Amino acid sequence: MKIPAFFRPLIVFAGLTVIWQLIVTLSGVPFYILPGPEAVARALFSGFGLIAENAVITAIEIIAGFAIGAAVGIGSALIMGYFRPARRWLLPVLVVSQAVPVFALAPVLTLWLGYGMESKIAMAVLIIYFPVTAAFHDGLRRTVPGWIDLAHVMGASKWAELRHIRVPAALPALGSGLRVAAAVAPIGAVVGEWVGSSAGLGYLMLHANARVQVDLMFAALFVLAIIGCVFYFSIDAAVRRMVPWQPEPLPDEDTQ
Amino acid sequence: MPAKGSVKRMTATPPNPASRFSLPAPPGIAIRQARLDHDGIVLFDALSLEIDAGRWTCLLGPSGVGKTTLLRLIAGLERRAQGEIACDDGLPVAGRIAYMAQQDLLLPWLTVTENVLLGARLRYEPASDLQDRARSLLDQVGLGGKGDLRPDACSGGMRQRVALARTLIEDRPIVLMDEPFSALDAITRLQLQELAARMLAKRTVLLVTHDPLEALRLGHKIHVMTGRPALVGPPITPSGEVPRPPDDEALLAQQAELLARLSAAAAETAA
Repeated sequence: MKIPAFFRPLIVFAGLTVIWQLIVTLSGVPFYILPGPEAVARALFSGFGLIAENAVITAIEIIAGFAIGAAVGIGSALIMGYFRPARRWLLPVLVVSQAVPVFALAPVLTLWLGYGMESKIAMAVLIIYFPVTAAFHDGLRRTVPGWIDLAHVMGASKWAELRHIRVPAALPALGSGLRVAAAVAPIGAVVGEWVGSSAGLGYLMLHANARVQVDLMFAALFVLAIIGCVFYFSIDAAVRRMVPWQPEPLPDEDTQ
Repeated sequence: MPAKGSVKRMTATPPNPASRFSLPAPPGIAIRQARLDHDGIVLFDALSLEIDAGRWTCLLGPSGVGKTTLLRLIAGLERRAQGEIACDDGLPVAGRIAYMAQQDLLLPWLTVTENVLLGARLRYEPASDLQDRARSLLDQVGLGGKGDLRPDACSGGMRQRVALARTLIEDRPIVLMDEPFSALDAITRLQLQELAARMLAKRTVLLVTHDPLEALRLGHKIHVMTGRPALVGPPITPSGEVPRPPDDEALLAQQAELLARLSAAAAETAA
């Protein structure tokens, strides 16, 4: 019997919930260490307004951080690909931006940009910038040499070569960078919220934890995971549309 | 013209749209004092080669002897090599060359038609004028109605036909080909050789190949490049119209002779 791909994550989820319930029941672990799935579900419904309000904030931070980080990353990679000297100047910046842990920058960003969304967006931007820039820049440098030769013989300008050959050729690499960025974007937002904020799911979790509302904390965590998944799969779908010529493994390939 | 395979020089000369479909008389090309040393190994030095106007010149030789580098030098793609490249009409070679490589070099994100029109796209020329021409060229290379396919839906033979159409639409008097048929199966290779010979007749063609039979079928003049540093040997000029049939008696006799020369050349280059 073949189970549609869509149901598979749901079945896995149901299975994990059963195991979770079993652990809680069999080990008799106290509520404030690990609440059971039922308690978390109840917290999710009773605190729905509160969670939704904060989830919207976090989602905006993730999306805005991703958009800005990806745009700046794509721009940097294009500049480095077009101007050789720019590569020498920008590449160290790129490395330094990763050498300093974003976690260490979080307090500084909060100090500069305040407790609002700006500091969280900045954090997400910093975390996303590197994978996008590095992947796209790498893609721009690895153009099939024969394509470049062909463009030269055809009398293409440097700009035409970048626009019509190197950029499209680098889109699959950019796609990988964007996928990684989509996966790490929530980290930036949530770390920012932990360091200092007045709203967002990270803030909610921190406060729920402090007040031993462990069920609420788990409910917020659950919603955060859902936001992360939805965001990742949206970006993944967009990336597939961006590079339709790239052969993708069929979703059912590994089930045969 | 003291050409030093420079890329900037190539792009400096804009193509002349007026001469698009009326092919000017193709020039002969003389290469003199070509030199390439690569990591201290002199691949060739003081190398000379005359390429006749409007004919097919084939360049044979053992692999690694520098055939491709010589072709790339003419195309202006070789930064490391030096040499003098002069056309007998006094004009530069730059901007008058079409290039066909062993790989089809089709861009996977473009359709077959868009790939054929790549030159116009890269030079920001209006491709709309060329649509009909692209269609008729695709018909002529046997790909009528396949213009909307993507390259990954095409077989190797189809892809090389697209590459041939892309070379033809450039309508350049000089055509440089680097083993364009070597990755194809025997039947497809014969078909494409015939097609290319017919459609590129009357042009100045330099074909680099390692297949003596291919050279004998297509070449008005065949040179063997040998040694290190390499030199280009005196030409063999097979008789008869090109493309010569592959079962021609004289051609088969010459193939034996050419193979003997090539194996001697291989030994010499390896030594």
